[in-house]
Amino acid sequence: MPDTASPSPVAVAPVLITLQLNGEPTSVAVPPHWTLLELLRYGLGLTGTKQGCDKGDCGTCTVRIDGEPQLACLTLALEVRDRHVETVEGLGVGGEPHPLQEAFARVGAAQCGFCTPGMLMSASAYVDNLTLQDDPVVRREDIAAALAGNLCRCTGYTKILQAVEEVAQVVLDRQREIEESTAEEP
Amino acid sequence: MLRLPPFALHQPTTVAEAIAHLAAHAPDVRVISGGTDLLPNIKLAQTRIQHLVSVKFLEELHGVTRTATHLRIGAATALQDLADDEDVRETLPALAFAASRIGSPQIRKMGTLGGNISLDTRCRYINQTELWREALGGCLKSHGTECHVVPGGQGCVASLSADTVPPLIAYGAIAEMVSDKGIRRAPVQDLFQQDGTWHVRIAREELLLAVEIPLPEPTTRVVYRKWAVRQSIDFPLVSVAVRLDGADGVLTGGSIVVSALGPRPRVLPLNAMAGRKIDEELAQALGQLVYDRARPLPNIPYDAEYRRERMVIEVRRAVRVLAGLPERPLAQQA
Ligand SMILES: Cc1cc2nc3c(=O)[nH]c(=O)nc-3n(C[C@H](O)[C@H](O)[C@H](O)COP(=O)(O)OP(=O)(O)OC[C@H]3O[C@@H](n4cnc5c(N)ncnc54)[C@H](O)[C@@H]3O)c2cc1C
Ligand code: SF4
Ligand code: FES
Ligand code: FES
Repeated sequence: MPDTASPSPVAVAPVLITLQLNGEPTSVAVPPHWTLLELLRYGLGLTGTKQGCDKGDCGTCTVRIDGEPQLACLTLALEVRDRHVETVEGLGVGGEPHPLQEAFARVGAAQCGFCTPGMLMSASAYVDNLTLQDDPVVRREDIAAALAGNLCRCTGYTKILQAVEEVAQVVLDRQREIEESTAEEP
Repeated sequence: MLRLPPFALHQPTTVAEAIAHLAAHAPDVRVISGGTDLLPNIKLAQTRIQHLVSVKFLEELHGVTRTATHLRIGAATALQDLADDEDVRETLPALAFAASRIGSPQIRKMGTLGGNISLDTRCRYINQTELWREALGGCLKSHGTECHVVPGGQGCVASLSADTVPPLIAYGAIAEMVSDKGIRRAPVQDLFQQDGTWHVRIAREELLLAVEIPLPEPTTRVVYRKWAVRQSIDFPLVSVAVRLDGADGVLTGGSIVVSALGPRPRVLPLNAMAGRKIDEELAQALGQLVYDRARPLPNIPYDAEYRRERMVIEVRRAVRVLAGLPERPLAQQA
């Protein structure tokens, strides 16, 4: 049986929720039918997270929820109560760009730039989860798999893969240095 | 920009509370789990609903537990967690594989097994905006009187496109539902009916709690094959699970589950083939069997005749994998 249009709209008073947004405790009142994307862009003025297809296909609205890349356009705002939400605005530290942002700019991984915030959020989860034990070498196919939910209509992906690859290499080199320096100590 | 119309969102923390919300608002209510199917459908005005009951905060619907005889997977277990679970990978590899091939990394982290089982049917004439659909005068699934896939057809034949359903059926999974009337169990195979406007036999007041899958005998092996144009994001255009039972290369039974046809998967038992060798000849025979018994429709993208041939190829490859033969013999010769 297909749904029939309901006669009278339900009351949808905004509900007050608290979440950690880019590390800051944030309290905000939001109507139940607002997505996290709408809350970010239109409720909180955080327009770094882009609105593309609005139905899960493109990935440009990707944010990290409790560290995992997820789609803000298909997440109801009320469902992120008490969770940690990170957006592209929170990526850099102290006014400095994140190494991924620096690499994207340097190698030319952004053309129109519309996919970039989402790419950066998926890529940041990938580099944050890198460990020497599991990923002794950086492989482009792993990066492509991590970014498989983010579409780009401009770059052909090559420069994006290159930018992420360079940062991943630095991350693993740094881990290797730490491992070697602690191994030498005794 | 696609906006959601107003609705009430209930966020219970116990199953009892969830059941009460469902009973109070049925039929104008839906469970929302990951929301990766429901929210696009509401945005496209394909689904119109006033009350949503979230399972996000229901602990007992999350996670995989293993008993001596079964694997129990909570309905709200994320697809990625299912794909990564050691027990699932070891005992039900075709299910883990199917989950790993759904959508994109983000979709697999958000989407759940319960939502996948109840995934709405798909059709190129319905997965569109309301404006687009109205330009064609709608269809049986969308305030119209005609089906554009089968002109003159009396029923909607939109496609069941859930990747986990064929392996769940092949493994003999049982679904467990609860409502204010108590607990109900049914084989996943029996959950679907031949009506694309609403094909899932789970009532609006019912909450799917979990699926239970008997741990397969070592002599039972299942392979799931999905074909889509892109490696990521795309729904299946061909979707088959092949289950072969038998030791020492001789078939004792099994089944082929073909999906991405109409609203219901087709299950082809292989009992009549018992005694045959699991070899290239069987691969050819089972390919012919699905060609004769399962017919893709022009409901989802790609040429239906091509998808029919492709289905045969995927079945043959599944059998070859199970027979320990090279998957693509011609390519290997070249
Ligand atoms: C871009 C994109 C690509 C996709 N690709 C694929 C794909 O390749 N293969 C595939 O199979 N799917 C795909 N999907 C569809 C969807 O993401 C998955 O099917 C997912 O598993 C749905 O789960 P969910 O938890 O998000 O469901 P929801 O959207 O929350 O719910 C879907 C339906 O299930 C019902 N439901 C959910 N949980 C319960 C419960 N516990 N009890 C009763 N009813 C329940 C809901 O009421 C609703 O009717 C894709 C979606 C998108 C947006
Ligand atoms: S199969 Fe026919 S009735 Fe069903 S959604 Fe497609 S066009 Fe509409
Ligand atoms: S805007 Fe969310 S996936 Fe496209
Ligand atoms: S840079 Fe334009 S979409 Fe990626």
